[in-house]
Amino acid sequence: MNAVVADITYRAMLGRKRIWLLVLLPVALIGMAALLRAVDGPDEHTAVILMKTFAVGTMLPLLGLIAGTGVIAPEIEDGTIIHLLAKPISRPVIAVTKFAVAASLLVVFAALPTFIAAYLLTGAESGVAYGFTLGALFGGVAYAAVFLLLGVVTRHAVTVGVIYALVWEGVVGGYVPGARKLSIQQWAQSVADHFSTSPFFSTDVTLGFAVPAMAIVTVGALLWAGRRLRVLSLTGDD
Amino acid sequence: MTMTTSPTTTRQGVIELGQVSRWYGNVVAVNDVTMTIGPGVTGLLGPNGAGKSTLLHMMAGFLAPSTGTATLNGQPIWRNHEIYRLVGLVPEKEAVYGFLTGWQFVLSAARLHRLPSPADAALRALDLVEMTAAKDRRIETYSKGMRQRVKVAAALVHDPMVLLLDEPFNGMDPRQRMHLMDLVRDMGRAGRTILFSSHILEEVERVAEQIEVLVAGRHAASGDYREIRRRMTDRPHLFRVRSSDDRRLAAALISDSSSSAVALTAQGIEVQTVDFRRFTRLLPKVARDIGVHLWQLSPTDEDLESVFSYLISGPTSGGSR
Repeated sequence: MNAVVADITYRAMLGRKRIWLLVLLPVALIGMAALLRAVDGPDEHTAVILMKTFAVGTMLPLLGLIAGTGVIAPEIEDGTIIHLLAKPISRPVIAVTKFAVAASLLVVFAALPTFIAAYLLTGAESGVAYGFTLGALFGGVAYAAVFLLLGVVTRHAVTVGVIYALVWEGVVGGYVPGARKLSIQQWAQSVADHFSTSPFFSTDVTLGFAVPAMAIVTVGALLWAGRRLRVLSLTGDD
Repeated sequence: MTMTTSPTTTRQGVIELGQVSRWYGNVVAVNDVTMTIGPGVTGLLGPNGAGKSTLLHMMAGFLAPSTGTATLNGQPIWRNHEIYRLVGLVPEKEAVYGFLTGWQFVLSAARLHRLPSPADAALRALDLVEMTAAKDRRIETYSKGMRQRVKVAAALVHDPMVLLLDEPFNGMDPRQRMHLMDLVRDMGRAGRTILFSSHILEEVERVAEQIEVLVAGRHAASGDYREIRRRMTDRPHLFRVRSSDDRRLAAALISDSSSSAVALTAQGIEVQTVDFRRFTRLLPKVARDIGVHLWQLSPTDEDLESVFSYLISGPTSGGSR
């Protein structure tokens, strides 16, 4: 971890228009939860559906994409990354620091709003709020690493990331039984399911598979990103 | 290929390229370049697209040679972040965080180098490039020249032994340019190894003691700037002249030894001269003596590409390397 790299990255992420992208979805989630609570009162079934489809199913991968690629891809694209790379700092340290920033942003803008929204709808009932918060936390960490890697390996990180988030995580991982085992969204739901006793919610990926899978994907993506950053080439105008 | 070294070379801050080539697919950007950059100021000169930035990026550790070796003090440059303790880099791109102030940008560089007194180092570097007054403004409000100077300050903050600058004078006004040139010269005299790229000969000759010329990816010439300048000036030049009586003027010019060929064309006279200085003195004198008015005199081959091409294709090519 490098404090200067983290400081610059936080300023880049929070001091510009990108913060609105981070804020928009959580505000929508909390707004929907407040509205449903006002209309129907506390409802565990509604809470589970909202958390599963919107919080973990839509918001988490999209925020993962914004935070994970946003901490590094724009700097590689416009060349500002040279300021960090032309210093006596190991490149894997830079990758890990960028990951930590992305993961912390997902805690604040994904996991915390998930808790607030679920708590608004169900309180502490059946552990739904705690379960989905932990699911978003674990899933957010894995997404941060995967999208950071995308930001390092391809100049089209956002395009590739959108396709991954919407097609693989949203469609294939959600509806194709065999592919569910290879979906971060499903792993996050598995964590949520483990810590919740709600009868309205069950997953077919076990925690024993989901947690090691998330650890392997996170560590593997970070190692790969560090290695790619070590050999990152910058070409001139000629 | 012969290597050229500065006579004051020490083992501190010496970049060596050994038969370095770099290609992208089928395109060869740098072709079999061997050179040594030692203490003092070296100008890397060449037209746009000659491969200067590619070569500089290989020296800075941001590009791997396809073949050959690039070392700093004998240590490989590629995949070696420790070299940045000795190297400062000023890239050509406006690669600066616009949301930071100049002070924050240079201070961050000092802290990334883990300097013992980062604030003092940042102030000193900003002062060197005369950016102290504007240090608290966001970089996105700076002019191009100010951005360039703040990049230089960030590169100098750790007082590097080696400074690599890619087209550093671009975008600077004349006063800023003179100031940076003085700074670069002073650092060179102090024993720093400084390499800067440029496509402008005048820029290079005002600052650099040593010139390396790159043309179409090849190391075309190397040596003292006076030698390179002489070879560029003494090459055959082609001029187009329009006058009140082209035929009489042509007859007068061909009789002088400075003109190797004179042709009458629909656009006027085309004169090829082998002695540039003699011809430029002769032409107005001859015109006056025969009573011909000169309307237009224009060089037809003065673009940099032709000047540089002459260095590798001309009869005296290779004289200094």
